[in-house]
Amino acid sequence: MAAHLSYGRVNLNVLREAVRRELREFLDKCAGSKAIVWDEYLTGPFGLIAQYSLLKEHEVEKMFTLKGSRLPAADVKNIIFFVRPRLELMDIIAENVLSEDRRGPARDFHILFVPRRSLLCEQRLKDLGVLGSFIHREEYSLDLIPFDGDLLSMESEGAFKECYLESDQTSLYHAAKGLMTLQALYGTIPQIFGKGECARQVANMMIRMKREFTGSQNSIFPVFDNLLLLDRNVDLLSPLATQLTYEGLIDEIYGIQNSYVKLPPEKFAPKKQGDGGKDLPTEAKKLQLNSAEELYAEIRDKNFNAVGSVLSKKAKVISAAFEERHNAKTVGEIKQFVSQLPHMQAARGSLANHTSIAELIKDVTTSEDFFDKLTVEQEFMSGIDTDKVNSYIEDCIAQKHPLIKVLRLVCLQSVCNSGLKQKVLDYYKREILQTYGYEHILTLHNLEKAGLLKPQTGGRNNYPTIRKTLRLWMDDVNEQNPTDISYVYSGYAPLSVRLAQLLSRPGWRSIEEVLRILPGPHFEERQPLPTGLQKKRQPGENRVTLIFFLGGVTFAEIAALRFLSQLEDGGSRASRVGRCRPRPPSTCCSFCESCWPSCSSATRCSSGRCCWPVGPPTSWC
Amino acid sequence: MNRTKGDEEEYWNSSKFKAFTFDDEDDELSQLKESKRAVNSLRDFVDDDDEDDLERVSWTGEPVGSISWSIKETAGNSGSSHEREQLKNRNSFSTYAQLPKPASTYSLSSFFRGRWYPSQSLACSFAALSDTPAKSYAPELGRPKGEYRVCSLERFRSLQDKIQLLEEAVSMHDGNVITAVLIFLKRTLSKEILFRELEVRQVALRHLIHFLKEIEHLNIQDPEKRKEFLKTCIGLPFSAEDSAHIQDHYTLLERQIIIEANDRHLELAGQTEVFRKHPRKASILNMPLVTTLFYSCFYHYTEAEGTFSSPVNLKKTFKIPDKQYVLTALAARAKLRAWHDVDALFTTKNWLGYTKKRAPIGFHRVVEILHKNSAPVQVLQEYVNLVEDVDTKLNLATKFKCHDVVIDTCRDLKDRQQLLAYRSKVDKGSAEEEKIDALLNSSQIRWKN
Repeated sequence: MAAHLSYGRVNLNVLREAVRRELREFLDKCAGSKAIVWDEYLTGPFGLIAQYSLLKEHEVEKMFTLKGSRLPAADVKNIIFFVRPRLELMDIIAENVLSEDRRGPARDFHILFVPRRSLLCEQRLKDLGVLGSFIHREEYSLDLIPFDGDLLSMESEGAFKECYLESDQTSLYHAAKGLMTLQALYGTIPQIFGKGECARQVANMMIRMKREFTGSQNSIFPVFDNLLLLDRNVDLLSPLATQLTYEGLIDEIYGIQNSYVKLPPEKFAPKKQGDGGKDLPTEAKKLQLNSAEELYAEIRDKNFNAVGSVLSKKAKVISAAFEERHNAKTVGEIKQFVSQLPHMQAARGSLANHTSIAELIKDVTTSEDFFDKLTVEQEFMSGIDTDKVNSYIEDCIAQKHPLIKVLRLVCLQSVCNSGLKQKVLDYYKREILQTYGYEHILTLHNLEKAGLLKPQTGGRNNYPTIRKTLRLWMDDVNEQNPTDISYVYSGYAPLSVRLAQLLSRPGWRSIEEVLRILPGPHFEERQPLPTGLQKKRQPGENRVTLIFFLGGVTFAEIAALRFLSQLEDGGSRASRVGRCRPRPPSTCCSFCESCWPSCSSATRCSSGRCCWPVGPPTSWC
Repeated sequence: MNRTKGDEEEYWNSSKFKAFTFDDEDDELSQLKESKRAVNSLRDFVDDDDEDDLERVSWTGEPVGSISWSIKETAGNSGSSHEREQLKNRNSFSTYAQLPKPASTYSLSSFFRGRWYPSQSLACSFAALSDTPAKSYAPELGRPKGEYRVCSLERFRSLQDKIQLLEEAVSMHDGNVITAVLIFLKRTLSKEILFRELEVRQVALRHLIHFLKEIEHLNIQDPEKRKEFLKTCIGLPFSAEDSAHIQDHYTLLERQIIIEANDRHLELAGQTEVFRKHPRKASILNMPLVTTLFYSCFYHYTEAEGTFSSPVNLKKTFKIPDKQYVLTALAARAKLRAWHDVDALFTTKNWLGYTKKRAPIGFHRVVEILHKNSAPVQVLQEYVNLVEDVDTKLNLATKFKCHDVVIDTCRDLKDRQQLLAYRSKVDKGSAEEEKIDALLNSSQIRWKN
């Protein structure tokens, strides 16, 4: 059991257990001792649901990383490949199988495709002459992975790019399947709301799947009251702005992947005296970040400006606790002190780590350039000078700052101006191409295709209307004791979360006009429940809303959702808002064509990864 | 937002708009220091080895017992077997069970970047196309799987059937299915018919394009071939703006090929001083325009406009804006410490023959760039003096230790206090100190404070 998964309103351990059970069943099919050969990428997501001990209980004795040539020696009956269905991996598997020593003991081969079995991959194995060697070929659909008590993720980082750049909606299909699984475990969700084209499609697929599923009626009492499907392209602003919560900044600066972050090791060097600087680790320090860590749960969603004081208070508490030892006189007292030691030491370790991380972040946030960048972002978001060429952006290009930084700012300006004036857009394009290389004409094209960068059409800027109606810019922000979600970006209230907030109260009818300006349809669907399963709501009882971001979500948005949820919990009894468990599929966008640009459709544009920080999806509970 | 000038002033001066400031800088810093201190002081008290016990993660963060940790572990890596030994000892640590953290939270494993979806891999589960489509939808978690029906598409023979099949696949939104159907259609339909049908089915069309991209990689390394390819692109129907960029791309590569051949020759011959002193680190082929301009300002600065490699020629051909040109030339000449050229870059003559200094990028930027290239104080000083805004000038002068400029500026501002404060920053007994003292003692100046 992962205890942090059951802290939330909805016990996500149920889901975790379900996927674990499925894994066990597969392992048991391959009787006898086994070795697993891992597609390295999968160890991240799998690590979130299982650990080695589970595999060991099912006779997994060895584990290897998938590599070319011959498999390492292992005295086992079964060799199981855990792989994504990708053709290049099939070639490696075939190589492994073919170079197997014929004189050795015969071994059984199996493949587990994650998340989908693939006919084409099997065809490839057949062409390579090894398909017959596999006894079990199965799929393991790891659609939704529980991250935290209130958060699930599909960890599909390409989702936004696929949907909007490549028109490949497979990730939506997986999203719909994941939601069906969730309903199978947590009951039918009676109401579905949505905004955006992809949201509409996911809802349609869910309705269709429900209709086509002829099995028995779902008789589980519904845990969720509502589902809100939100398209990332309804709010492109939030992922472009710099996140200013603690967790958000960790992600902006170091990147959080599968809930882990890798940090520069210097600050975490072993602190033993007499070590005198030798053996300084050169490998990155890796830390897991989730609410299982008490201190992290407390500070992750705070504005970074409020983190220092919490850390300092914690330090005092811990110091005081350790001082207690001087007061322990009797054997009983000493015994009690000792029994608390492990907890205190864990707290101390956690404090040490986060103090170091906070220092690292502070080095960045206090730099002049960070300040300048933030000033420009905030000007744009509050509607100042969005229709002119910005001199800071110009300077960044002249000094050849990282392209991704420049693009983020230009796109932010475009979004905050409902598209750039043609002259301004052309100017930026020219400067970027001349400085970073003409091949980036493809990068710019991709951004335009995805709607992140565009010329203003009709000469009308809708952003001020949206900003005012949804109160996206708040001048009075209290970063220490926030009263509004805008604290997560120190002024800007994420549009996506505002929509969720307004949906719960007073309802979207009040903002029809703005909803029509935002892209894609908005809708509401009901899934009727048999009378026995209908909830009789106690007055004051909060609703549970599942918010699903299609195309990724930022950590700052997750923080804002958690803030809303707490507000409701502690707030008036009449409140309707629930909590949500959202899980956004992963994150946005790689638009930088790092390779050679192509001019004709049959050429390759391999996309370099330039993700911006859109974190894992979230759930709001 | 229509703000009047006055509004704007007020806006900026009001406390609301404070970008991201640490309200109380010192306090914040001291708080972090404080917690750091506390943590450090505790270190003396507890043995550090224990900490790892509690965390149960290896240095790189692989939690002991996690999948990725175990991959190394069971593969018999000697380092991690040591860890296992430690782990064994630790398991006897009886209080561990009382920790609030559940053991499994330590178990998560490493991550890798990569893509997680099967669309490109052309995966295809055909359950959706089989006769019992509900199978793949049913949320049958935990139930045994494996009842796949691999169905042959060959029974779709007529065009009408095939198109219907495609439409059905598209409506499923499952890229794997769509791609599989497309491959089937590509094989069984003539190009003309397929493209005609796809033209009105954009989603399917993009899947096909994506599929083709995946299997046919175009990455032309050879510059001549690349140039030829670009040439064919010029004629394609792009927007006017894009066509201009593609034309420029072509022209640039064409130039680079000529320059590269020429310079490689020069470098090998070893007769040219600049190439001898500063050997080229990389070829100029495929570099961006601004980089090419820098290169040409570095190696070919004095060439006549007629040559392909001269900076002026590049500027004209590609209509490089003045600002961009000056910035690049400045950086290149400063790097070579050719202060004379730097000087000339900003000198303009009027019709009477008087010279004047002018910088389209502002002299504060000039100073920054010169400093980055470690220009001597005498050079820096000259340009700091040209900065118009007095505060900026004073800041830059202080930052880069241009003592004379600071002293003179304070004198001009009649700011005795600031001068007094600056006295402590110059070396004892230096000429600067003497100069300051002379000024402070002078009765000629009417100090404002």
